[in-house]
Amino acid sequence: MPAVSMTVNGTPVTADIDPRTLLVQFLREHLRLTGTHVGCDTSQCGACVVHVNGEAVKSCAMLAVQADGAEVLTIEGVAQGDTLHPMQEAFRDNHGLQCGFCTPGMIMTALDMVRRLGPVLDDHTIREELEGNLCRCTGYHNIVKSIAAGARAMAADDTPRRAAAE
Amino acid sequence: MSATGIGASVRRKEDFRFVTGRGQYTADIARPGQAHLYFVRSTHAHAKILRIHAGHASRMPGVIAVLTGEDFAAGKLGSLVCGWLIHSKDGTPMKMAPHPALPVDRVRHVGEPVVAVIAERADQARDAAEAISIDYEELPSVVDPAKAQAPDAPQIHEVAPNNTIYQWQLGDPAATEAAFARAASVTAIDLVNNRLIPNAMETRAAVAEYEPGTEQFTLWNTSQNPHVARLVLSAFVGIAPEHRLRVIAPDVGGGFGSKIFIYPEELVALWAAKTVRRPVKWTSERSEAFVADAHGRDHVTRAELAFDAEGKILGLKVKTIANLGAFMSTFSSSVPTYLYATLLSGQYDIPAIFCEVDAVYTNTVPVDAYRGAGRPEATFVVERLMEVSARRLGVDPAELRRKNFVKNFPHQTPVIMNYDAGDYAASLDKALALADYAGFPQRKREAAGRGKLRGIGLSAYIEACGIAPSQAVGSLGAGVGLWESAEVRVNPTGTVEVLTGSHSHGQGHETTFAQLVSHRLGIPIDNIAVVHGDTDKVQFGMGTYGSRSGAVGMSAISKALDKVETKAKKVAAHLMEASEADIVFEDGKFTVAGTDKAVTFGEVALNAYIAHKFSGAELEPGLKEGAFYDPVNFTFPAGCHVCEVEIDPETGRTDVVNFTAVDDFGNVINPMIVEGQVHGGIVQGIGQALMEACVYDESGQLVTGSYNDYRMPRAGDFPPLVVDTTVTPCPSNPLGIKGCGEAGAIAAPAAVMNAVTDALGTEDIAMPATPLAVWTVLQRQAHREAAE
Amino acid sequence: MYDFTYHKAASLDDAAKLLASAVDAKPIAGGQSLLPMMKFRLASPSDLVDLGTIAGLDRIEAEGGTLTLGAMCRHGAVCTSEVVQKTLPALAHLAGLIGDPAVRHRGTLGGSLANNDPTADYPAAAVSLGATIVTSKREIAAEDFFTGLFETALEPDEIVVAARFPVPEKAAYEKFRNPASRYAMVGVFVAKFPDVVRVAVTGAGASGVFRVPSFEEALSKDFSADALKGLSISTDGLAGDIHASAEYRAHLVGVMARRAVAAANG
Repeated sequence: MPAVSMTVNGTPVTADIDPRTLLVQFLREHLRLTGTHVGCDTSQCGACVVHVNGEAVKSCAMLAVQADGAEVLTIEGVAQGDTLHPMQEAFRDNHGLQCGFCTPGMIMTALDMVRRLGPVLDDHTIREELEGNLCRCTGYHNIVKSIAAGARAMAADDTPRRAAAE
Repeated sequence: MSATGIGASVRRKEDFRFVTGRGQYTADIARPGQAHLYFVRSTHAHAKILRIHAGHASRMPGVIAVLTGEDFAAGKLGSLVCGWLIHSKDGTPMKMAPHPALPVDRVRHVGEPVVAVIAERADQARDAAEAISIDYEELPSVVDPAKAQAPDAPQIHEVAPNNTIYQWQLGDPAATEAAFARAASVTAIDLVNNRLIPNAMETRAAVAEYEPGTEQFTLWNTSQNPHVARLVLSAFVGIAPEHRLRVIAPDVGGGFGSKIFIYPEELVALWAAKTVRRPVKWTSERSEAFVADAHGRDHVTRAELAFDAEGKILGLKVKTIANLGAFMSTFSSSVPTYLYATLLSGQYDIPAIFCEVDAVYTNTVPVDAYRGAGRPEATFVVERLMEVSARRLGVDPAELRRKNFVKNFPHQTPVIMNYDAGDYAASLDKALALADYAGFPQRKREAAGRGKLRGIGLSAYIEACGIAPSQAVGSLGAGVGLWESAEVRVNPTGTVEVLTGSHSHGQGHETTFAQLVSHRLGIPIDNIAVVHGDTDKVQFGMGTYGSRSGAVGMSAISKALDKVETKAKKVAAHLMEASEADIVFEDGKFTVAGTDKAVTFGEVALNAYIAHKFSGAELEPGLKEGAFYDPVNFTFPAGCHVCEVEIDPETGRTDVVNFTAVDDFGNVINPMIVEGQVHGGIVQGIGQALMEACVYDESGQLVTGSYNDYRMPRAGDFPPLVVDTTVTPCPSNPLGIKGCGEAGAIAAPAAVMNAVTDALGTEDIAMPATPLAVWTVLQRQAHREAAE
Repeated sequence: MYDFTYHKAASLDDAAKLLASAVDAKPIAGGQSLLPMMKFRLASPSDLVDLGTIAGLDRIEAEGGTLTLGAMCRHGAVCTSEVVQKTLPALAHLAGLIGDPAVRHRGTLGGSLANNDPTADYPAAAVSLGATIVTSKREIAAEDFFTGLFETALEPDEIVVAARFPVPEKAAYEKFRNPASRYAMVGVFVAKFPDVVRVAVTGAGASGVFRVPSFEEALSKDFSADALKGLSISTDGLAGDIHASAEYRAHLVGVMARRAVAAANG
């Protein structure tokens, strides 16, 4: 069994794993980081989105061995202790979640969106960027609102943060 | 209104754990020593099971057990059941066929679980499942409800000749015929209410554990109603007596109806846990969910609406065939009957209604309640009829509706319901204003200038939420009562736990229920915990579906709070040495009327427990009260949704460009949460109208078995939604609230299809109006024009 | 998915050796198509050879009228590359329409070309632009590279290294997504060179990307959307499914081609 080493939410981890272990399985089952969810088996729902080396990826469409040596950020690593990240706060303030199942993937996607496109995001852009994230509860309306507000709040926020979530 | 009381848009208490990834869903649970369950599922729509070859699989690495229908039958466990008894018009009871969790000799739909494999690891269970081969003798199958009753259709269950489960009717046939006989005009339409696949983002899952020492079972399950699951699993299936089965529904990732039902998989998990003496975990894959979770809708309907010369409705006739799939799921029988035909009066004063419903078996996944359950189907019939009628009569669709609205309440319809309150003109007027209905012709011209076809459609819907009262639903065949329970436990420090039989899977009960308590007891919302979803903690409850948690669940809490207040006043009276009758409770303080004596709620709570100021002979210590609330009537949310679409005639693509919803939910506890519920419902409704189709091929294979073929609504499909409310408080419950969870899904499909048909200038298109469907209609029109 | 042996390739030679040494080895680049197939157990390679560890395969270079993209260029990098946006904006646009942002962070040009999914976007660009596929063994003209449904001219131990795209005068890509899967139900790439116009269609063909000679001929005379008016393609060889009949796909090919020409003319 190959050994993998990676940094997850700032903590180095090493494990011997079956090569067919998906990154999402490694996170959920080996590391017990169950905030990253699995909502489909065709890599379309986005509930499993995490950041690998600063970029949003679907952890159900990546082998854990492919993340060897990488910096991985999951939803559990986004807040600083009990202080929410502005994007998390925005989801709470704008009722951007109901059942909460798609939420971790939505937030990780939103953070990546801001990283690439900056803090001023219009409705159309956000909706197009959510192409790979499905939600069945919210009708997306308040998710879009949350991301726009979170992006603005991030621009005003000067808390130092872990890589990839800035 | 306080910042956290009734009417405030309080941020949700549950969100901290969800936005930080600390929710606990069933699939997140890992029990020590747990084994994994995987199902071999039928690849045939209809076949005899000749032989199961499992010898090799049972010896594969990690395999603990391979269990078949024969093993299950040997376990003497009962069948899964449908809990609502419907009688046919001839008085015979519905033809409910046995539904064992694993079949012995025959499979009846693609995806039916046939063999259960338990292994150390999930992938080992799947590897072994794949190594199992089953010899089948294929049988002819039927998937189309309109063909299921044909004399030559294959018989799916012996107990149901012609695959007919029941032939039910409601209303007055003679009065309706008489109304049609004197009609000046009749609008007749044929409708298909397309079959949908619920697709909550969390797939179903179960973790089952058996403790041999105490003979105690625990089931963690993705359930909307854990107590009902426990009741069915013990009383009907007999897996364990009720007091030895604990069902826990932890965080649940959406339900929309699909997690109400008791399915074979969790039952097998429980049985397997006892068989192998290990905790057993099953997590549905998404592709399994497509063939294992109950589907929704699937009606074929002929409907006729009769008008007099002035455009007043005289009568309505409806004939529906409802597809219930291969087995009768838990509440399936009620959906196309009492949840459907009883709403066919819509918002209108219709003197005579007659509805006939045939429910049929087909070789498809069972069909049961899905967001709205029966009411979207009813609204689609009524609101398509109204729109088509207006166009044929050459009158404004809004005005035809207005002319026929029920205006006086209470209003008894010819189909059981007694509408208690409403103001349909108010929601219509507000919706038309917000949607700038008057400006539509101008927008249509502008769109035409860009080569686009623009259309507008209304849907003035009504729904009945909070099914009740128990006595009434019992007389209609319900196997359960539909009340709700609550317990309010005040701790010595003045903090409060509220135990509720409702279950939250996205609705935000931890917040809204706490708002009610905060409002009533004057304590901070952070001092209130809402406990739900665990049969060991909450004594009993009916769960959450049918938009019942506000109207019924919160009313039960309100009733328990009344009792808490009464008891607390007694304690306060002792504390202040006053007469109980003089105690006033306001803003969290007990005062003696006419004096400046006061004690806080916290002081009363403490004294209730230390019991130093009163004797046990006078008053029991403690401050904890429970209540069961059985409503006196349904609640009747209603409103008007307006949809505006633009069609690209070159590609057939339809864009929803404006969507406006004005709903009357009575009093609103948390406007932010209510709006969110409406948004979600609308998008599911638009999904039904434009995107989502469950397609079976002739041989019974599910063509739309993954997100590559089942078209899920995405963020980019929608404009920002305009959502507003009007308020007529509900007179039938103490809080005046009605229910908001299903309104969007109920109203939107008709609004969208009315807009699409307006844009296309033809009624001849079925849901979903996909680009292909729209293009096909446009082609037909072009050919017709060319021929002329 | 089934078990397999995983190898990290240190170099192209190493990768080729690993691929040649196992019974049913497959290279993996971004894995955005291969891993979902393996999860459904529709692909079961004995060995996976990871190309992600080979340096230098993600170069983007424009020189002398040719844009060269390394095989490991991620779709996200292509769509945001200033070089691509400047020299061949239609290709940047196309890359930005593949999958979703997370998929674009992993999916690669080489993987997409080598997989030759009949609904993938890159094959249309490669054929329309007359690209050359550079492999570990040789150079192959795009039209000879795509040989059928999920089939290419690649040998089992041959690896795509880069693709060279001649820079056209004008080009554009228009895509009509499959409503459910979001792959191209019909995607049309139109490229105008001084001497030739090529129109390549993805998504519509039952056996993958194809050219439309009648459109090309008309556009060679008059590179305008109007030149395509009245022209249509036959339904022979087109895919048909619940989302689009062959007739509808044929119709959309015309619509998307006209829109692509209009977009190319800006």
